Amino acid sequence: MIELEIIDLKKYFPVQKSFLERLLAREKQFIKAVDGISFKMFSRQVFSLVGESGCGKTTTGRLIVRLEKPDAGKIVFEGSDITFADEKQLRPLRRKIQIIFQDPYASLNPRMRIGEIIAEPLIVHSIADKKEAKEEALKMLENVGLTPPHMFYRLFPHQLSGGQRQRVAIARAMILKPKFIVADEPVSMIDVSLRAAILKLLMKFKTLYNLSILFITHDLAVARLISDTIAVMYLGKIVEIAPTEELIDNPLHPYTKALLSSVPSLIRRKREKLVLKGEIANPINPPSGCRLHPRCPYAESICSREEPKLIFYGNNHYVACHFPLVNRRY
Amino acid sequence: MNIGFELIRKMLAPWLKEASLMLKLGLAIVITIIALSITAPLLTQYSPIIKVGDALRPPSTKHLMGTNNLGYDMFSRILYGGRTVLTVVVSATLLSMCIGVPLGLISGYYGRIVDRIFSIIMDSMYAFPSLILALAIAAVLGPSMVNAIIAIAVVYIPTYFRMVRGQTLSIKSLLYVEAAKAIGARDLRIIIKHILPNLLPTIIVVFTMNIADAILTEAGLSFLGFSVPPPTPDWGADLRAGHEYLLAGYWWLVAFPGFMIMLLAAGFALVGEGLNDILSLRGAEKR
Ligand SMILES: Nc1ncnc2c1ncn2[C@@H]1O[C@H](COP(=O)(O)OP(=O)(O)OP(=O)(O)O)[C@@H](O)[C@H]1O
Ligand code: SF4
Ligand SMILES: [Mg+2]
Repeated sequence: MIELEIIDLKKYFPVQKSFLERLLAREKQFIKAVDGISFKMFSRQVFSLVGESGCGKTTTGRLIVRLEKPDAGKIVFEGSDITFADEKQLRPLRRKIQIIFQDPYASLNPRMRIGEIIAEPLIVHSIADKKEAKEEALKMLENVGLTPPHMFYRLFPHQLSGGQRQRVAIARAMILKPKFIVADEPVSMIDVSLRAAILKLLMKFKTLYNLSILFITHDLAVARLISDTIAVMYLGKIVEIAPTEELIDNPLHPYTKALLSSVPSLIRRKREKLVLKGEIANPINPPSGCRLHPRCPYAESICSREEPKLIFYGNNHYVACHFPLVNRRY
Repeated sequence: MNIGFELIRKMLAPWLKEASLMLKLGLAIVITIIALSITAPLLTQYSPIIKVGDALRPPSTKHLMGTNNLGYDMFSRILYGGRTVLTVVVSATLLSMCIGVPLGLISGYYGRIVDRIFSIIMDSMYAFPSLILALAIAAVLGPSMVNAIIAIAVVYIPTYFRMVRGQTLSIKSLLYVEAAKAIGARDLRIIIKHILPNLLPTIIVVFTMNIADAILTEAGLSFLGFSVPPPTPDWGADLRAGHEYLLAGYWWLVAFPGFMIMLLAAGFALVGEGLNDILSLRGAEKR
């Protein structure tokens, strides 16, 4: 069953300028953070969005939970179009769609107790009165491994470590028993030794609540561990989508291959390495045609003229490249 | 990061001691003056608005601060005058806080046209020197205690508005506010539960600083005859009444009220500064 469908979604941020620059500039400039992406997510699946810093992963996640208003395109959740729903229409949906933010040091109100933070969603949606909410929150604390729960209930965020705070954020997201979670790099700001435990916790809730998860990460190795499908983003575009093992064994897009080459554990012996030249381009004026063409070793003249579309290559594999690596596989 | 913080703390230690000293000194002044004006009936047998002796007597054991041109006891007028000053100033500052803070929250949180309108009004009010604005309002309303409170309150609304609006603007884009939105919290809840508590320390500091400023404005108003009407005891009014006799050598008519005005204002300013240091540091510790 399709849980979420994204169609040609766009978000442009106006570039902040000083007064003088605004006077001199001919036209408004935009950062094309998300520039026409489409994908489908099936229920109970983990779908990973992978890409370098600044490619628009977080913006995509924020658009889906509607913390950001899309500029164009469509977001369809469980069959209903929520693209331009207003706050009132969104309220019931917020029970089903939750987000876990990247930065656990900033996502918890420093003046609220841990218990209040976790119980707040129940109060907000009038699901429980104060006493029931407290009981639920205590259960949740136990569930996310913050024991003894009575002690943690009374603490403030600054008394917790990063890993513990992220557990609190997970508890807050899960207490409403949501159907869909956006997890935006939930472990990237946490001590390496604690990451596996946090991911395991997330997966525990996935089985418990039959969750679908949009997992955002810049780390292909992590994405491989937990996801069913991986989508690779570059400069606001999705360049490749495939089931996890298929993507790692048979990358069709040069950019995916380059990403794989930079992760030691994912390097296949028979596969040659691909190192891209240059730096990631400016999202204000992205290159014409295929956005990778100034850096791509396989680029030909068509690449700078025509933008490749995301096309089906069998095996649930989609790629946006004029010269996918089908015949250069190994 | 912890090591860095410890280092900064060590460097700041002498200042910190000074900060807490400021706070203690300020609190001592403020609490003493408040206590004196509350317990006034126990400290003096004289009424402040009745002729109790010869006019223009210098300080003596009978009249600790002398008597004024009407033969009223100055010590009694100073004690009871503290009541007037504190009542006017604290009510006025509370009133402007109760108006300025919500307006600032609304303006900062919702932005757009509401914000434009509020900001223009507040900025134009802020552009006036406080005493002149208070004078203009008091002159229109007429001299009375309530009117003095209103006049002073209006003057300080923009102070709260600007501070609260600015902080709301920055707090509302913080991640924990977004998190509250994501769980479906309504605007009112976000403002009251997530934004306001994080503003409270600053509001308290501004409140005390404001009282210090308002004491001077109130003194100015009553000196010019636009606050409480005579014979109500009031330091500013006594200053006005006494200054005509200064050249003739009756120094005690102006020295005591003038000193009290300065002392009380300084006391609140010290408390404000001291609190500011403590609260901003505690904020740093929490991050
Ligand atoms: N609110 C905003 N205003 C202006 N520009 C923004 C805003 N949010 C994001 N951007 C810009 O949009 C682009 C995409 O940002 P986004 O945060 O989605 O990237 P990301 O893939 O999540 O990167 P990271 O790995 O660093 O988190 C960046 O160039 C960023 O500077
Ligand atoms: S379209 Fe051309 S430039 Fe772009 S990735 Fe494919 S080969 Fe390289
Ligand atoms: Mg991000």
